[in-house]
Amino acid sequence: MLTKSTHGIAAPLSRRRWLAATAGLMLGLASFTGASAADDTIKVGVLHSLSGTMAISETTLKDTILFLIDEQNKKGGVLGKKLEAVVVDPASNWPLFAEKARELITKDKVAVVFGCWTSVSRKSVLPVFKELNNILFYPVQYEGEESERNVFYTGAAPNQQAIPAVDYLMKEEKVKRWVLAGTDYVYPRTTNKILEAYLKSKGVAQDDIMINYTPFGHSDWQTIVADIKKFGSAGKKTAVVSTINGDANVPFYKELGNQGIKAKDIPVVAFSVGEEELAGIDTKPLVGHLAAWNYFESIKTPANEKFIKEWQAYTKNPKRTTNDPMEAHVIGFNMWVKAVEKVKSTDPDKVIDALPGIEAANLTGGVSKMLPNHHITKPVFIGEIKGNGQFDVVWKTPSLVAGDAWSKELDGSRDLIGDWVEKKCGNYNVKTNKCLGSGS
Amino acid sequence: MLSLFLIAVALPALAGPFEDAVAKFANDEFSDTEEAIGAVATSGNPLAYPIISALQDGRLMADPDTKKVFVTGTDGNSIDAASGATVANVPDSASAVRLNNRLRRSVDAALGSLTLMSPDVAMRIQAARSVFKSHEESALPVVEKALAKETSRTAKAALGEARAAILLYKADASEVDKLKAVAIIKARGDQEALALLTDIGSDQPASVTKAAAGAIGSIQNSLAVWSMVQNAWYGLSLGSVLLLAAIGLAITFGVMGVINMAHGEMVMLGAYTTFVVQEMIRTRYPALFDYSLLIAVPLAFLVSGAIGVLIERSIIRFLYGRPLETLLATWGLSLVLQQAVRTAFGPTNREVGNPSWMSGAFELGQITITYNRLWIFCFTLAVFAILLAMLRYTALGLEMRAVTQNRRMAASMGIATSRVDALTFGLGSGIAGIAGVALSQIDNVSPNLGQSYIIDSFMVVVFGGVGNLWGTLVGAFSLGIANKFLEPVAGAVLGKIAILVLIILFIQKRPRGLFALKGRAVEA
Repeated sequence: MLTKSTHGIAAPLSRRRWLAATAGLMLGLASFTGASAADDTIKVGVLHSLSGTMAISETTLKDTILFLIDEQNKKGGVLGKKLEAVVVDPASNWPLFAEKARELITKDKVAVVFGCWTSVSRKSVLPVFKELNNILFYPVQYEGEESERNVFYTGAAPNQQAIPAVDYLMKEEKVKRWVLAGTDYVYPRTTNKILEAYLKSKGVAQDDIMINYTPFGHSDWQTIVADIKKFGSAGKKTAVVSTINGDANVPFYKELGNQGIKAKDIPVVAFSVGEEELAGIDTKPLVGHLAAWNYFESIKTPANEKFIKEWQAYTKNPKRTTNDPMEAHVIGFNMWVKAVEKVKSTDPDKVIDALPGIEAANLTGGVSKMLPNHHITKPVFIGEIKGNGQFDVVWKTPSLVAGDAWSKELDGSRDLIGDWVEKKCGNYNVKTNKCLGSGS
Repeated sequence: MLSLFLIAVALPALAGPFEDAVAKFANDEFSDTEEAIGAVATSGNPLAYPIISALQDGRLMADPDTKKVFVTGTDGNSIDAASGATVANVPDSASAVRLNNRLRRSVDAALGSLTLMSPDVAMRIQAARSVFKSHEESALPVVEKALAKETSRTAKAALGEARAAILLYKADASEVDKLKAVAIIKARGDQEALALLTDIGSDQPASVTKAAAGAIGSIQNSLAVWSMVQNAWYGLSLGSVLLLAAIGLAITFGVMGVINMAHGEMVMLGAYTTFVVQEMIRTRYPALFDYSLLIAVPLAFLVSGAIGVLIERSIIRFLYGRPLETLLATWGLSLVLQQAVRTAFGPTNREVGNPSWMSGAFELGQITITYNRLWIFCFTLAVFAILLAMLRYTALGLEMRAVTQNRRMAASMGIATSRVDALTFGLGSGIAGIAGVALSQIDNVSPNLGQSYIIDSFMVVVFGGVGNLWGTLVGAFSLGIANKFLEPVAGAVLGKIAILVLIILFIQKRPRGLFALKGRAVEA
């Protein structure tokens, strides 16, 4: 019995080992051919979910990068080589993001990766990018409090979106009472912490701030909308600052519209609602509600009009919308191309060092610059929702705003800066003149 | 009609302050627009009303080059805003004058005092309400004049409230007037009245401050009672949504015992059927839009039901009695269906519109009831009643009950059990499809729609008692109401957790749910 069973196990084991050896050999061959192919093209990784819950937002960004690569190749590529996109699907699954990132860097040998949407997916790929020393361009507005050597943040930090929006409401709409409503995860929680500290520093009392969190995909907003209505009837001008994410927005706005909360009574300013999200709703009852972004499709500049025209031609869809994270990818992509051309190499170390200081035109008529903390300068726009699902810009910052990696409003991060040029540190404390180590 | 009449009497005017004010609309600066609104509204010019109401509707066009401003009428005719003269066509370079929220409020206030004398009662009431909100002192003479002339009772009450609001905030109004104003506003008793009373400031006579404080207290007390009523209604409404999502599952899981993880996708398919129906109607028969949901209901039932039968015949019938395999197979199937829909319709949300009879809300006492929730509530009860009647009074219902109670006995009585299985599964799926039609009115129509309801549906069925439709009804409503009473206290996230904890405790005590089936069938 015993010998027989040992034999029974041993036989497949050795077979398996043999299989593994062959597989290893084939893998080696594959990577060898991959390396030879890499001589003709420069590979660009695209790490956006094409299935699962986040596909709704991320699919467009994948198309954006493919479009940009196509355009760049028409101009002759980079360093005389064509760019080649390597698209993977991390399927809205955070651990899979790390796995796919590893695959892109080690197997496909990409020179740079454009990807991620949620903060948790970014946090999940961080260790991979640090370990394998590659570059990630992250195009979405996020909660800040991070500056990593391998990551370039082309979306808005809180001081490039949330704070200017609150300033606008205070000055233009004379708002005295605030509802901070968000989905229960890290971006709304951190943003609301920053906003709460900021509002208090402007003399808003604790009683005039209501903070409310809801689960992902919340669909029954009756109670919360009624609460907002009640909170808004205390005789002071009230506004809602919404960090409600993704799918939960449609039922939220529908309920607002149905309960008759008009923008002129209680305006809602949103940080995660763009042209794409509005595509799923009838916006007529929502006219006048606000969104704060660094880009709107409706902004009339020659660069933007050209981009929209080419994008719609590329996607063969004359109604395809554009949005803020797309513009972030456009800026990020052009910055990377310029940096590569400057150092005449795609070596990540050289490109990382070359990126700070690189400038690229944004689509709204300005020129964005990569800062030493790996964030960029951006203009901030406040747009009002129009009846056709687009935004009408009602206010903008007089000049471009530099992104703060570390918020000035929070006690823990007030004295920190990210500086990868002189200090070579993501969280340098300017009071104690010490680097605290890793950048997040 | 009114505007046409006014235009007819408007005389060709010489350039003056009114013309200058109108020209400011063409500057495309919010501050200039605001000045223009104020100047036009107080000008007394008969063109004021058509101009301001056109501004509100986005029909006021301004040409930035020539500084000419035009009013385009709803009938397609245009006039020059400064002179009132008819113009053949508005130049292409003209665009609608832009508004922001501050300006919209000014427009409302201006329209309020301009339409107080309107011959239309509804417009007068609306005007009085917007004056109540803005309580501009300048509107007082007009309000008093309108009040003296008013014949309609509701309009008179609204005007009285508007006058009270103005007097309460007017610095030189007499103490007696102010006390009367507080009493009138107190009688109104809603949140706007509360807002008005809370904000009166400290420079009021002591007696007024005291009366206001008393009024605030009594309004708050009555609002607290109303908020209980409101929570109960929200609970019923949430319960009806839960019930609607769960009824189909109560049949496939509750009656047949199939752990159907693809149930949510049947709901999603129903919602997409609604979308397709609405698209067809939008492009071909726009007049039928209000009936789109009525058309979608039977189609959604057929689509989801047919797919349900297909699934049962091709997958589930091989897996009866193997719950783990069924769970995995249907889970896989749900992913397949999701990705199929994502490929066919794209990953973004699809817009499903509310027909006019499902939009908006009405006030019942101090609570707001939205029409879409009310209709979904009625619809759910109707679906439930029809299903119960079907199970009880039709031959198919009888066969279904027979097969679930004792399959072998039913088979030996000559019932084709496998056919009944397929039809039962199809019925459950079809009802899930109907649920999708209703849910498309309040939720996203995206490939993920089903996922957000699957857990809730299982929760309702298990809590109510597997195999009992009445249990599902009671389970859904009690979970809905408990959720809505917990939410204001604990918040949406903690409220949901608390409900789950309560269910776990309840299941410990009564493992078979609220309404446990008794008898030999249970043991089988």
